[in-house]
Amino acid sequence: MKNHLKSLRAERGWSQQDLGDRLQISRQSVNAIETGKYDPSLPLAFRIAALFGAKIEEIFEAEA
Amino acid sequence: MSRSPAIVRYLRRLAGFMLVYMILIFATGYVFRHMPPEKPFAYLVAVLPALPILGVFWTIFRLLVEETDEYMRMMFVRQSLFATAFCLTIMTMWEFLQNYEVVPAGHGGFGAAFFWFMGLGIGAIWNRFTGTDGPCA
Repeated sequence: MKNHLKSLRAERGWSQQDLGDRLQISRQSVNAIETGKYDPSLPLAFRIAALFGAKIEEIFEAEA
Repeated sequence: MSRSPAIVRYLRRLAGFMLVYMILIFATGYVFRHMPPEKPFAYLVAVLPALPILGVFWTIFRLLVEETDEYMRMMFVRQSLFATAFCLTIMTMWEFLQNYEVVPAGHGGFGAAFFWFMGLGIGAIWNRFTGTDGPCA
């Protein structure tokens, strides 16, 4: 699954650690999601979407 | 990386059980050398050092329950499965080597728990190399 987490984070000038702190997850987890190594659960995806004030599908998209 | 509360609890519990293990392994050895207990009491005394090892297993499984970071929890589960597969592989092969008398009977003091913990260590290295920060990511 592709996502725009890295660009959204960069727009706000946050480091991976900053984002991890806001989501209460580790920097490793942020890195895993950003690089597409790990797809977050639905509850975490909702938390990410709420943090950025966006819909889940605006951040995550299924790969064709 | 800052340690999650679950990791902090895991480390504290682990240290506690290992301390108890160290005390019991020496105490039990001393008892059997100097005042060997009679059966059935001997059964009870002999398994005492195993109890903190069971506590370590419980500690690891509590970590899997208490860790709220789902990615880290997945990595810990992967590490535990690696340890289980490693332990079962070694013990199964060893059993067949003994069955065909290629190696002497007995385990030389290395039981299943030893190999499971060894597998846990190798699993951590495996995670390190194949996780998102590792050179094989």
